[in-house]
Amino acid sequence: MEVSPYLPSPGYAQWRKWKSAAVTGVLVTCALAVIAPLFIIIYFLLVRGASSLDWSFFTQLPKPTGEAGGGMANAIVGTMTLLAMAAALGVPFGVFGGIYLAEYGSDRANDWLRFAADVLNGVPSIVWGMVVYLILVVPFKTFSAYAGGVALGLIMVPLVMRTTEEVLVLVPQSYREAALALGIARWKVILVIVVRTALKGIATGVIVALARIAGETAPLLFTALGNTFWNHNLKEPISALPLQIFAYSISPYDDWHRQAWAGALVLMALILALNITVRVLSRDRQSAS
Amino acid sequence: MSTLPETASASAAAEPIRVSATPAGSPAGSHPVEAEEIAFDIRNFSMWYGQRQALQDVTIKIAARKVTAIIGPSGCGKSTFIRALNRMHDLTPGTRLEGSLKHFGDDLYGPGVEASVIRRRVGMVFQKSNPFPTMSIEENVLVGLRLNGVHDRSVLQARLEESLRMAALWDEVKDLLNRPGTSLSGGQQQRLCIARSLAVQPATLLMDEPCSALDPIATAKIEELIQTLREKYTLVIVTHNMQQAARCSDRTAFFYMGRLIEYGDTRNIFTNPGNPQTEAYVSGRFG
Repeated sequence: MEVSPYLPSPGYAQWRKWKSAAVTGVLVTCALAVIAPLFIIIYFLLVRGASSLDWSFFTQLPKPTGEAGGGMANAIVGTMTLLAMAAALGVPFGVFGGIYLAEYGSDRANDWLRFAADVLNGVPSIVWGMVVYLILVVPFKTFSAYAGGVALGLIMVPLVMRTTEEVLVLVPQSYREAALALGIARWKVILVIVVRTALKGIATGVIVALARIAGETAPLLFTALGNTFWNHNLKEPISALPLQIFAYSISPYDDWHRQAWAGALVLMALILALNITVRVLSRDRQSAS
Repeated sequence: MSTLPETASASAAAEPIRVSATPAGSPAGSHPVEAEEIAFDIRNFSMWYGQRQALQDVTIKIAARKVTAIIGPSGCGKSTFIRALNRMHDLTPGTRLEGSLKHFGDDLYGPGVEASVIRRRVGMVFQKSNPFPTMSIEENVLVGLRLNGVHDRSVLQARLEESLRMAALWDEVKDLLNRPGTSLSGGQQQRLCIARSLAVQPATLLMDEPCSALDPIATAKIEELIQTLREKYTLVIVTHNMQQAARCSDRTAFFYMGRLIEYGDTRNIFTNPGNPQTEAYVSGRFG
């Protein structure tokens, strides 16, 4: 029988199939190893935390030591308050800084700005906490919600700035030119045409930054401090989910440990919700174009 | 207008050779001697990108309410030239220019002259249609007016219809005004961009290869449109397509290596070019 010169010998074909299966197996194992921690985290949070989650967890203050029950209502509200304050600082500075980087600055100035932003993005969050402690806590002689919000906001600025720049640069030059050719002033072109075109991308960057800072604990230890009661004045300490989780999980009480797990589950759900929002936003962006 | 493709060589064979109003081999910049209004009076214009000189000593008078085609091989400076006419280079760092450019008597680069004011009078349509993706058809047409401070509803409404009619798009989109501009076909998008430019009521419309991304039918529509627009507007069109220049322009300027080589009546440029380089280019021997 004539053997086609294009076909490998049966033995060689077998060897190649085996090799292919082995390498594919290694790659699948690695891919699974990457996503496995997510499932491990969700598993433990559900097993340990879900049983302690009840209505009172969302509506009640922490109970004094020794009393069972209570909740983290003040910490949940505190985290939202801190995120709002951080966004009030981080979004305008970050977005306008990103606009400057993408549209205005000279190449030289931008190189330095970008470098500085990247270094800031790498500053350990506890260092942010220490610096804000020196600037906003020591002079006023009190821990405060303001100091916590500023610490988180400062972490947000370089993150938002860089993502804003990245999405603005992606807006095709032809839209800028078309708008300029209509005799529209440059600042209006940038705000109304360019930023509007990139708005979903900017919103995505902001939400990613919020998700990143929502779980920050270290910068809040020296600034917001934590509070077992409602915060009625932003000049006073405020509670936050990560702080409450930290305080409860280093305590010696089983009941508090359970509450810490429940708090971690709520925090994780919040961050997951933010991430899902990002997915939805970016899917719209892709389908729109 | 006739949409029959009239190639340069075919018309050269069919037409009796006319004596050009531009004497053969005359220096670049002389133009047909007629008493006509001049839209652009450009003298000794040179331009540099950093160290590289893109335009050398261009002197040309572009007639008002006529179609002037700018032709030449890639890199000859024709796009650089047309973009200088509404100061689109302002944002490119490292550009430098010399000489004088006047539009209906006003110095385009004079001290204190604002580029945005110039661009309202000298509009531009680009190679690739670029309706703003976040805006509806109506918003696209009106954005130039709105952002320049026109908010009177009746004015906007009138200008919307007028501009779309002028761009021969009204009948196709009058029921879809709230649809995104990007939902239209390529040719419609380009006509939408023309309508958007016309809405701010420029005197002159520059077109940088407006048909090079379009199919032949869409191209024919734009060319037809150019014929109607010439009655009210001065049109300057950069094109790679010599048939297009021959079909729809009154005057043609041939650029090569940053210089204006020859300028004159389109018919003469294509049938009786005065310069051997022009002849080589229009007959398709290079470029």
